[in-house]
Amino acid sequence: MRLSEDDSHALAGAPAAPTYLEDGTTVMSWLNTRDHKRVGVMFLVSVILFFFLGGLFALLIRFKLLQPGPFFLDALGYNRMFTLHGVVMIFLFLIPSIPSAFGNFVLPLMLGARDVAFPRLNLFSYYLYLAGAVLAILAMIQGGADTGWTFYTPYSSTTATQVLPVLLGVFILGFSSILTGLNFIVTVHTLRAPGLSWMRLPLFVWGIYGTSIIQVLATPVIGITVLIVAVERVGGFGLFDPARGGDPVLFQHMFWFYSHPAVYIMVLPGMGVISETVAAFSRKNPFGYKAIAMSSLGIAFVGFFTWGHHMFVAGQSTFNAGAFGILSMFVGVFTAIKVFNWVGTMYRGAISFKTPFAYICGFLYFIVFGGMTGVALATTSLDIHWHDTYFVVAHFHFIMVGASVMAFLAALHYWFPKMFGRMYPEGWGLVAASLIILGFNATFIPQFLLGNFGMPRRYYQYPEHFQALNVASTAGATLLGFGFLIILIYMTIALRYGQRSEANPWGSKGFEWLTASPPPTHNFDEIPTITQMPHDYRTHEPPGVIRVA
Amino acid sequence: MNEVLRRLLFLPDQASTFARDVDRLHYFVIITTFIMSTAVGLTAIFFFVRYRRRSETQTTPHIEPALWMEALFVGTPLIFFTLWFFLGFREFVRQQTPPSDSMDVYVMGKKWMWKFAYPDGPNSINVLRVPAGRNVRLLMTSRDVIHSFYVPEFRIKQDVLPGRYTQTWFNATMPGRYQILCAEYCGAGHSIMRGEVIVLKPQEYENWLAFQHRGLVATQDAQPTALDFAPPLGNMVDQGRRIAAEQGCLKCHTTDGTRHIGPTWLDLYLRRERLNDGSIVVADEAYLTESMMDPALKVVEGFQPVMPSFQGKLAGPEVAALVEYIKSLQSDAVRIGPSEGPAYAPIRGR
Repeated sequence: MRLSEDDSHALAGAPAAPTYLEDGTTVMSWLNTRDHKRVGVMFLVSVILFFFLGGLFALLIRFKLLQPGPFFLDALGYNRMFTLHGVVMIFLFLIPSIPSAFGNFVLPLMLGARDVAFPRLNLFSYYLYLAGAVLAILAMIQGGADTGWTFYTPYSSTTATQVLPVLLGVFILGFSSILTGLNFIVTVHTLRAPGLSWMRLPLFVWGIYGTSIIQVLATPVIGITVLIVAVERVGGFGLFDPARGGDPVLFQHMFWFYSHPAVYIMVLPGMGVISETVAAFSRKNPFGYKAIAMSSLGIAFVGFFTWGHHMFVAGQSTFNAGAFGILSMFVGVFTAIKVFNWVGTMYRGAISFKTPFAYICGFLYFIVFGGMTGVALATTSLDIHWHDTYFVVAHFHFIMVGASVMAFLAALHYWFPKMFGRMYPEGWGLVAASLIILGFNATFIPQFLLGNFGMPRRYYQYPEHFQALNVASTAGATLLGFGFLIILIYMTIALRYGQRSEANPWGSKGFEWLTASPPPTHNFDEIPTITQMPHDYRTHEPPGVIRVA
Repeated sequence: MNEVLRRLLFLPDQASTFARDVDRLHYFVIITTFIMSTAVGLTAIFFFVRYRRRSETQTTPHIEPALWMEALFVGTPLIFFTLWFFLGFREFVRQQTPPSDSMDVYVMGKKWMWKFAYPDGPNSINVLRVPAGRNVRLLMTSRDVIHSFYVPEFRIKQDVLPGRYTQTWFNATMPGRYQILCAEYCGAGHSIMRGEVIVLKPQEYENWLAFQHRGLVATQDAQPTALDFAPPLGNMVDQGRRIAAEQGCLKCHTTDGTRHIGPTWLDLYLRRERLNDGSIVVADEAYLTESMMDPALKVVEGFQPVMPSFQGKLAGPEVAALVEYIKSLQSDAVRIGPSEGPAYAPIRGR
């Protein structure tokens, strides 16, 4: 990695290149921006907002479950609450979280590009996201839907609640997702800096690239599916409703054809983040770079052929169950390759235990436990007992929260100085991290046991012998909520009063640190030439040797 | 060992023949999971302690894994996961294949109750009585949305779908009372859509059965709250015969083996039929139901697709009664009328 002598001056925060934050401070300058960094920041703020909204729903659910009988919410209110929790967390937080927020911000920086390939489309994608979110919120104000985020027919095509605006919201959000994915694919193909060959791409880029492929190929299917359900509700079109000659299992096939790959939309970017941060904080080249990169593509590919493992007891054939079961195992193998290589990266490294590293540790434990319980669920005979119980709930929260949210938080802390040029308070960071990891275990380990015990999910009332474990889970959720609140508070304060950071406070050799922090509007005055792999720590000078006063 | 692990993992009692086998695999899988996640966690902690950053300018060597190491990374999980899969799938196939000597009970799910019908007599709501040590096959359908029949102590679960039949089976080992839970979200009453399996000793079961008269169970066990639970009319075969006449089935289908507008019903059950597209279908409960709902889909070779759909015209129990009537039409063992006592003759051909 080297920069020409004249540029290092320009990059070092000289007045000629204002940072992207200073380049126009009016509201319009943000709303009308084409800058991938500003779009990324707008996405970041929005997804965090929705994360707290979805979290609030989760806490209300947990509060109700303190009591086995009717308490606090009525049955319909409870059903709406878990539907909203699922819809908000999945479609408004998890799917756009890392790709649209951090992907937008750092992907072009990592590629040595001045922006994404289609900056206008990028902004449009944000507005589509807003439109979808507004529709979903509108539905909430009107009373919300009670179908669960899975919208299973014929329940969803016959219930009297506000399913339509939610479905349309999901439809529009899908387009936002497709456009972002398309943009990233084209950007990676066309805007790589000189010398940045495919086998030198940062692993985060590989993760986002795999994700984008899934977004472009799978999302249209959910669009079609929710549209058919919408038409079925409005026009009595009977593709899924058996009372009109339809097949409800067809819906499940179509739904999971998107929604299983969507799990990898949510988790692959997180894996990319971990690949970056584990190298940066271990100050070590990624162990098995090719294996990690290729397993991202492997997951993206095999992920398309495993949807039937959601339907082992739904009435599909025994042969299908076997085929989908064995294919699901391969996803586990690809994930295991990554896990071994992340741990291998620490070997003979120089490890610094900062807040992101705490989240890496949490992530590793959660992905192994969550991933292996996933493989256990794909073991057909075991799934019969666990299917649609709290075991499944705990398993996918280990992946969605345990893995994806830990990665999101690692990314937030790691790239915070890159994005805003300030540091978060390290002490508070570690306090919140320990609280979150502890609270998370306290919330979801009881749920694994509840699933073993036989408590089905989406239960408003439950038999009394399930109460002790439910109370334990609620206590854990409260702890978890406090952890997230602490982060929100110190990050908001740090945004304004945080200590100013250096251009590269971690001494990281990821390519995104080649430019100033926060970067100027056009990222690089002259596109850098890449001569090395990312995270090459055989020498100690930080890349580019950029210091900002 | 079994008992300790079962309690440690909060698993319910093992009250069916599957439960113990499924749990054994469960222990293996969960223990491996614990060992692996702990091993990964401990390795990470060890590496952190051993390779702490000692100076801000510290450099590290460039290390890449050897090929054998990559092979190990791929091979170890692959071996474990495929082993789990094969052990699990063997059990799964067993669970998906009801033995040929099972006694049948028809189950209908409806918002928010379970209805059970025995081919030769009693009906009941929310309470299923079965003898211990006997293979019981459940033929299930739903009246409205998707439900799921779940008995944790038996480790069985099967979705119950509107417009078609699904099946599951179990062999209860311990007399007692076990909760039936609905495991597929079905609306406001989902969490209270509960029933009960009462497993009786074989002799007690026979006594109970002997005492059943028309309508007795329904009033004993629960209140049939919905109008659409037709009062039990004794025998499903008789009901089926009556419905077949009322609905005009017999205008096209004969019951004596002669060829008419549609295929004869005699010996139809489990017959291998060649369809007009050349494929072969076995006329089981699922095919018979499908042919009533969507007759043009799979037409037997040599017949015209002239049958009207009975979608929406036949209720779940009526379809069950028709299927049961067709099943009774066997040339070698025609069983007519209610059987005396619990005579669950094995159904031919399975």
